[in-house]
Order: sequence, then structure tokens, then C-alpha cells
Amino acid sequence: MAATEPIVEMTDISIEFPGVKALQNVQLRLYPGEVHTLMGENGAGKSTLIKALTGVYKIDSGSILVSGGPRQFSGTADAQSAGISTVYQEVNLCDNLTVGENVMLGNEIRGAFGINWKKTHEAAHEALVGLGLGDLDPRQPLSSISLALQQLVAISRAMVAKSKVLILDEPTSSLDANEVEGLFTVMRRLRDQGVAILFVSHFLDQVYAISDRLTVLRNGEFVGEHLTRDLGRSQLISLMIGKDFDTLASLGSNRRRDARESGEQPFYSATDLGRKGSIEPVDIAVYPGEVVGLAGLLGSGRTELGRLMYGADRPDTGEVTIGGKSAEVHSPVAGLATRIAFSTENRRDEGIVGDLTVRENLILAVQARRGWARPLSKREQKELCDKYLVELNVRPSDPERPIKNLSGGNQQKVLLGRWLATKPELLILDEPTRGIDIGAKAEIQEAIATLAEDGMSVVFISSELEEVVRLSERIVVLKDHRKIGEIINGPDITADTIVDLIASDGAEAQGVEAFEPEPAAFAAEGSTN
Amino acid sequence: MSNTSSGAASFLKTSVKQPYIWAIAALVLLLIINLIKDPTYLGISVNAVTGDLSGNLIDILRASAPIMMIAVGMTLVIATRGIDLSVGSVMAVSGAVSMEFMHDAGDGSLGSALMAIALALGISAFLGLINGVLVSIVGLQPFITTLIMMLAGRGLAKVITSGQNTSASNEFFRWIANGTVLGFPVVFVIGAVIVALVALLVRRSALGLMIESIGINPKAARMAGIRPVGLLIFVYILSAVLAGVAGIFSTASVMTVEVAKTGFSSEMDAILAVVIGGTSLAGGKFSLTGSVIGALLIATLDKTIVFLAIPSSATPAFKAIVIVAICLLQSQRVRALFSQRRARTSTPRKEAVSA
Repeated sequence: MAATEPIVEMTDISIEFPGVKALQNVQLRLYPGEVHTLMGENGAGKSTLIKALTGVYKIDSGSILVSGGPRQFSGTADAQSAGISTVYQEVNLCDNLTVGENVMLGNEIRGAFGINWKKTHEAAHEALVGLGLGDLDPRQPLSSISLALQQLVAISRAMVAKSKVLILDEPTSSLDANEVEGLFTVMRRLRDQGVAILFVSHFLDQVYAISDRLTVLRNGEFVGEHLTRDLGRSQLISLMIGKDFDTLASLGSNRRRDARESGEQPFYSATDLGRKGSIEPVDIAVYPGEVVGLAGLLGSGRTELGRLMYGADRPDTGEVTIGGKSAEVHSPVAGLATRIAFSTENRRDEGIVGDLTVRENLILAVQARRGWARPLSKREQKELCDKYLVELNVRPSDPERPIKNLSGGNQQKVLLGRWLATKPELLILDEPTRGIDIGAKAEIQEAIATLAEDGMSVVFISSELEEVVRLSERIVVLKDHRKIGEIINGPDITADTIVDLIASDGAEAQGVEAFEPEPAAFAAEGSTN
Repeated sequence: MSNTSSGAASFLKTSVKQPYIWAIAALVLLLIINLIKDPTYLGISVNAVTGDLSGNLIDILRASAPIMMIAVGMTLVIATRGIDLSVGSVMAVSGAVSMEFMHDAGDGSLGSALMAIALALGISAFLGLINGVLVSIVGLQPFITTLIMMLAGRGLAKVITSGQNTSASNEFFRWIANGTVLGFPVVFVIGAVIVALVALLVRRSALGLMIESIGINPKAARMAGIRPVGLLIFVYILSAVLAGVAGIFSTASVMTVEVAKTGFSSEMDAILAVVIGGTSLAGGKFSLTGSVIGALLIATLDKTIVFLAIPSSATPAFKAIVIVAICLLQSQRVRALFSQRRARTSTPRKEAVSA
């Protein structure tokens, strides 16, 4: 299928943000009439690459060829006029307009007296028919149709703009199986019309169902370009996750103990903990001094489970016992009161309070627990700052600097300090090492191992399976918003064990060529526990 | 705020870096303009018998007191990403309640004045509570909630006085607006004490930190265990109570509540004072000092307009020009333009510190 010249060719793309190399010598080729999937864990650089293509970010080095000629777009609109349209995960359409108006926005058909709405809606209808959406009334308001249909409307809009390249950034993350099938039908139709489609998804099954070719990124680096049919699932997962054994010390290998002796009380245990649309009911227990890893790919429910345990989201179901007593953890306030702390993966939006200083960020949770009327004295604040800024090696260690001016890794350390200052008995860490440099990463891992040694229970969530295996005593494996197994860590357990568990769940053999349609993934309920 | 401990020099030094430096500059400029018109403008005379100070500056202090009250309340509301459009109407309600009560009591005693004040502030607090509950628990937009309260409050004031402009006579109540303490107007002294108390309350407790947190990043604040509901109710009640005080101030000077005019469009003055003082309307970090300076500036501006005999029809336009100028001077982009720096940068800000 790919005999022709690529319509988009990105070569040796590098982009650097302050303190982070976002992309390093990344390649991407898009051929007309092909669905090309961009794979990689969070922070791998997928979005950055898309933004580099559409001109949202300027590239520091490398070249972008579109239809054979070098191009550098100045932004999404510029890219769109050159035939490269992007449909984002959060649909960027106007809720309050009609379907037809959305499809034709910017391309309305004009007559002598301004816009000819009748013709505009007719043209919209034609565009929708072209995608097999003839049933959709262009005059109904966009807000009255489902998110899946809105996504298709966004695609129709791209087609009206005569796009030759369509970028779909995680279009399926909030769609159900039937809706995904509908989207795929449209995608195949466009592919057959010669459109080059760049598809981003975290769902392996979907990737194998739709894509012809895939490019894997990891930590901003190009890992490889493969034809989907040549690459097995476990191979793909290990490409995405990578193995950087050498760069990190073999921390925490002493943590691999055998199973807990019977009779010991878990600090935290929950049965049937779940929330509709977020994660199916899960049983989980964490013993004092134990590190429990939550492993799974992005979107597997690992973050959602952590949030439920802390009370960041309100659970619908489940019984929770903390320290032997039945407890209700329905809010972060309740979580902190029961000595649980949760460090979010979303450092910028849910972690730091940007305009406040490092000191204020550090004391925030402790202060919140004490209440407004009992402020920490200057001396107490200084003690906390001195202790944690030094212990966690925050640089610069100036407590009066706004936290937003620190690098990601140091912000993370301050946040870790914030939670440690509350003296938690259970610390839930969601991606504490993401997007930070390797030195800070090792320091944070070291801190976690020491904390557990001192008797703290830790739930460790990371997309890097190596990291989970290295630090955890027990690993809960999640896939597609449910728990598919629990592994007691030991010398025989490696990242591959987890990869195999994930890959074999829902697809009988590894590296399957023959792909079963979507519902199969939900049908198989295989718990190895 | 009120950096009395560190001396005037260091206060000046830190002030120069503050966004409200432009408000101070504008204040000085206005005074200079007045001085050019009348070289004796800044003169303060002392009444030899009573020791009272009098002069234009004293008048400005007196006039700034009510604006100061609502500006301080507004500052905290804005810091939580909210807005309180109802302060002007709450002023009218507070004035109406106190005038009506004293009119009915008719004895002009200290007791009925205190009772009137308590009643006025109590009802103001209740209106603030309604605002706070609607915003924090029901989750309505602050703009809409307080817009409704603005209309409803004005209506309530009219109901209380049966649509009349009620007058009353009470020596103590009048003294609040027209009397002096140590030569200074009572309103200004009370205002300054209240501002100091509020500043102590929010900065010496953890309230200020928590208010700023929920204003800067509500999600992160929630995750850190801060409960926004109580804080929001607190700031709306405080704003309404301070508006109640402002209502007492502004009705006491004439001992009449003009239900249609008392506090009319005062919310704009309060919001302007806050913005001039350097607190962002987007919420977050707030400066009570800045808002007080903003209130002083607005009072000075009002006086200047009268003093320069600018036709009353042109007054709003003149006020608007001055305020637009200050806001422009404060804007990052305009300042960047002035200092010849490139305003457009395609790469993210280079502010991260090496790890």
C-alpha cells in the first residue's frame, strides 16, 4: 500500500523545553491511504510530535517535508489550510452551534446576502453522507448528539477543509466498543479515499484492529517504525516501555520478600472498591512497610484506583478498612484524616499551587489538616522546609522561590515533601518519576524504598514496569479498567512477566495476527490470583 | 500589609516592586495637578479649639473609608476567583435598616444607634451567607449569584423603607461619619482599624494561604485537603459585612438613606480599587495594601474631578481614562513593550532552574 511517496516526512526532529529534551531525533513518515499509529507511554513525546508537525511548537532541529517540499507551519490553522487537520481527544467544536454549522465553520457557503444557510446545511449533509453519517440531521444542535458522533462531526469538518492528512489524537479514549467500531468504519473509508491518518491510542486491541504501520516513541526518542502485522503485542509493549536497567541502580532488590506471614493486619484493605465509568470493583490490601505496585498501561485504571483509595474521586462501591477499623474515604480531607496521602500524576493541574512559594506549597497539606485557625508558626514552617528540602535534595533550596520556577523533578520533590510532612501511613504515588531527569528519578526511588523500610505503606503507580518491579513487593496488574491479576514479586519476576500477563489477557496467543473484534477484550475475565 | 515594623525606607524599597506602585504614582500625580491649580491644596489646618484637622487631604481620607471597606472585602472574594457585585446594594440595605430602625426608635440614644448597627451588619452578613452558600454549595457562578443579589438587595432596601428616603437623627451615628478622633475623621480611623484587623486575621492565620491556594489552583488545593466551602462562605460573608459597614459610613454623613443612590455602582469602585491594587481578577495572590491604595486613589480621583470643576456629564469618562491608563501601565505586555523586550516568544518561558 505504501509504494508512493510519503505525504509527510519528519526527519531528526528535536525539541527542547527548559530542563527537558522533549524530542530527540524523531522520525515520522505518513503515507497516503494508510493508518499510522503513534505509540508510546505518557511523556513519550506523542503530543509534542503532533504539535511540532502542526506548528504549535517550533522545532529546534530537523526537517519537515509535506508533499515533498519543506514546510514549517505557524499553527494549527496554517497546517489546516495546507491540508493537515487535527481532531483532539477533547472535541474542539462549538457545543451551542448545530451539527451543520460545526461541519462548515469557516467554510460556509456565501451568497449575495452573506451566508446562505440552506446551501451550507446541504453541503454539510453531503460531507456527512461522505462519511456514512447520512442519518445525522445537520440542523440539530451539536450538544444533543453523543461524544462519539461529535468526534465524527469533527472529522467531517476536517474533510470539508479538504484535508489530506488527518491526525486523531486519542479519539477513542471515551468511546464504547460500538462507537469505536463506527469510528473505525469511517477511518477505513477515508483511508481508502487516500487520506493519510495519524492515530494515537493507548488501546492495544484498537491499534491492531486499525493500523497499518506504527511508530514507537519512548522518552522523546524514536524507537522504531514497524508494519503492524510484523510486530507482536509483547514486542510492542516492550518497545514502548523500554529497558533502561543500566541507567538506574538496582534499588530495592532487597525488598523482594516472600509472602507476608499470615496473621498480620493490613494497614489498608478494600473489597469491591469501584466507581462507575472509572474502574470496576477491585480488592486490594496494603500491609505496613509494604510497597504495592499498580501496573498496567495508560488507561488501564491504575490512576483511577489510586484516586479512589485516597478519596480524590468518590467510590460508588466497596468496603474500606483502615488500621483495622471500617472507614469511609470519600474526599481528600477524609483521606488525609485517615493518614493516607496521594501524590498526583498531574503535577501541574492537581499538584503544585504555582504562584505560591516552595515553603507555602510544602506546608499546604499539613496546614489544611490543622485548619485555618492554627497556623504553623514561622519556626515550625522553617523546620519543615529545612527537613524536607535537605532530605529530598531540592535544588535550589530557597523556600521563598515560587514553585513554578523550579524544574519538574524539584517540584515533584517538594510535593513529595508536602505529603511526607503530613506523616502518612499510606502514601500513594502516581507516576512520581514521570517527566523528570534521571538523577531526580533515582533520588525519588531511593526515598520511596527508605520510607517503606521505616514502616510506611506505599502504593506505587508507574508506567515504567521496570520501576514497578524494582520497587514493589506485590504488583497488582490492571487492564481496561479492571484488575486482571496480582503478582508476588520475587527473583523470577521481571517486566516481561507483567507484559505477558497484559498481552495474554483478552488475546489467547501472544503476538496475535488474527485480531478478535473489540468485545472479546471485555469477555475474558482472567484473574491469576 | 502595614509594614510599620521595617521602617519607611525599606517599605518604599519593597513598594517599588509592587504592582500598585503605579497607583501610588497616579495618586501623587493627581495631587500635583490639584496643587498646580491651587498651591494651598495640600494645606492641613488645625482647629485650635478642638484639635480637628481639616483640609482636602482629610476630606480624601474621609471619602475613602467606605470604598476601602468594600475594596478589602472584594479583594478576598476576587482572590478565590469570585466577584461580589452585590456590595453596593448591601450598602443600601445596611443604610436602610439602620435609618429605619433609628427613625422608628426615635430617641436618638446611643443604645438605638448600636442596635441599628448590629441589626444592619447582621442582615448584611445574612445576605453574604446567601451569596456564599449559592456559590460554594450550590455551585452557581459568582457573577450570576451576586448579580441577582445586587438586584434583590436594592429591592430589599426599598421594601425596608417603603420606597422612601428615610432620615433619622442620632448624635452617635452622625459622629461616626462627621466626628474626629485625635483630629482624624472617625470613619477613617474605624476603617483603618477594620482593615488592620482583617489583614491580621487573614495573614496571621492560615486563611490567606488557603484563600490564595483555592484561587490559584482549586484542584490542587482540594487534593491537599483544603475545604473550599467554608472559605468561600467566609469571604462572601466578610465582603457583605464590610459592605454593611460602608453603608453605615455613607448614610451616617447625611443621616439619610437614599435607597436608589446609596452605594449605587460602588461595586465598580471596589473592583477598580482591587485591580488597581494589583490583585488579578483571575484570582490567587492578593494584596490588601494594594486595594487600600486603590481605594485612596479612587477617592482622590473623585475629589479631583469636583475640584477641577469637570462637568458632571464628563466625570465617568475622565475616571475611565485615568483607570485605563493605570491598568495599561500595570499590564505585563505593555511594560514589556516599553522596555523593548520581545513580547512574542514561541518557546516556553525560560524560567526553570537547573535541576
